Amino acid sequence: MKALLLRALGRFLALDRRWIFLLMALCIVTPLILPIGLPFTPDPAVRNLHRAIEDLPEGSVVLVSCDYDPGSKPELQPFTEALFRHLFRRKLKVVVSCLWAGAPPLVNQAIAQALEAEDIRPLGLKDKVDYVNLGYKDGRQLVMLGMGENIHSTFPKSNDGTPVSQIPLMQRMRKLGDSQLFVNVSGGSPGTKEWVETAQGRFGLRMVAACTAVMAPDNIPYYEAGQLLGLAGGMKGSADYEQLVGLPGSATRGMAAQSFGHLLIIAFIALGNVAFFMTRGRKR
Amino acid sequence: MKKEIPLLIAFLLGTWMILENFLSGFSWVGPMKESITNGGIVIMAFTYVLGIYSIVSVNVARIRRGQDVVPKVALLAALALMVALGFWRGHEEGTPFNWLYLNLYVPLQATMFSLLAFYIASAAFRAFRARSLEATLLLVCAILVMVGRIPVGEKLWSAFPQVSDWIMNIPNLAGKRAIMIGAALGAISTGLRVILGLERSYLGGE
Repeated sequence: MKALLLRALGRFLALDRRWIFLLMALCIVTPLILPIGLPFTPDPAVRNLHRAIEDLPEGSVVLVSCDYDPGSKPELQPFTEALFRHLFRRKLKVVVSCLWAGAPPLVNQAIAQALEAEDIRPLGLKDKVDYVNLGYKDGRQLVMLGMGENIHSTFPKSNDGTPVSQIPLMQRMRKLGDSQLFVNVSGGSPGTKEWVETAQGRFGLRMVAACTAVMAPDNIPYYEAGQLLGLAGGMKGSADYEQLVGLPGSATRGMAAQSFGHLLIIAFIALGNVAFFMTRGRKR
Repeated sequence: MKKEIPLLIAFLLGTWMILENFLSGFSWVGPMKESITNGGIVIMAFTYVLGIYSIVSVNVARIRRGQDVVPKVALLAALALMVALGFWRGHEEGTPFNWLYLNLYVPLQATMFSLLAFYIASAAFRAFRARSLEATLLLVCAILVMVGRIPVGEKLWSAFPQVSDWIMNIPNLAGKRAIMIGAALGAISTGLRVILGLERSYLGGE
């Protein structure tokens, strides 16, 4: 009986990885096709991010730097979509810039989606008056430094080619420090780390950030030190934010898929260790 | 002169970048800072030209040698197509460039990254073993953080998110801060070596 068990465990350890892939695919796809509503409590760091926006007086200027590309879309696009809805709903003035070449089309989609929303359309928000998309600029930290001194010089034209000197909203926004809140949506470098190190302290920014899950541990020190007023990490952070603004979207739906994916990995780690230690003596 | 001029530029600009923080009271500093920063942005834009030249020359050489011809040709054709479409109609919504970006590039890149979930599951099963005390600690922490970050974990035990947060905000924070301080000291030391011309590896060849 023991020999049989050991043989079975040995076989389990040599399991073809395609079976693992198949199980993982089932764990991820099934909850996306058949949604399961799993309740969860928003993280305190995301609550603080939400509060930082809620506390702004109407008409305040918020600068949003979207520094990510399609690789981080499942984690960060839901946050960006909910963010624009939240900012527009609160009647805040929004200036958007990008340090990643892949970001502008995703940002345009998120803005268009927010403007089409039932609660936003009646507000009649106007491009260049209530919001403006400055587009992409290459140069990493140099762009951050440039924006700290003079945004009009760093971004002479908006995304659609309009000179910033002719944009009404940009008359209130001449340098980074003119914004009442800076939001960074970050998928890597340049991103939150660089913004904090280069601009947050130097230009006295009130800053919050949303980042991918792998980046969250790197950014927690900035949040704990008060350099970031709030932080949303990964799909969970986006789902928390969606919940706080009352707009459950793709991140909230993705939490069930993430739950089952995590549980499968944990099950494989646990079973792999049990099988390994039980068969180890046999191999010796 | 081939080395002296780049060393002089690095010295002058490096010194300026440090000094400008202490000279903000002077009226001439602001415009000078702006000019130098904008100059840097322009130089960085030129690196794209260098990057395209590098991609084309490396891949053309491989095609000539008959190595991976189909993927290399596809790469160069995609590069040429996107550049041409960008110049032809721009990149705004409704343009061919934007259509290809949203319908080809976005799904391809998202697919590449989503494959990580499968490989992580397979790698964790094969390699994540509690062979030593350190490995066991890492494994237990990883499992607690993974469970604490999902709604199912909260459902199983309401304190799982707090446990996960404690791991992230206390031991992880301490480790991260130590690494960041160490890396910052290293960066200061390397920066000074570059400014003083002691570190010359960026010039190539040494």
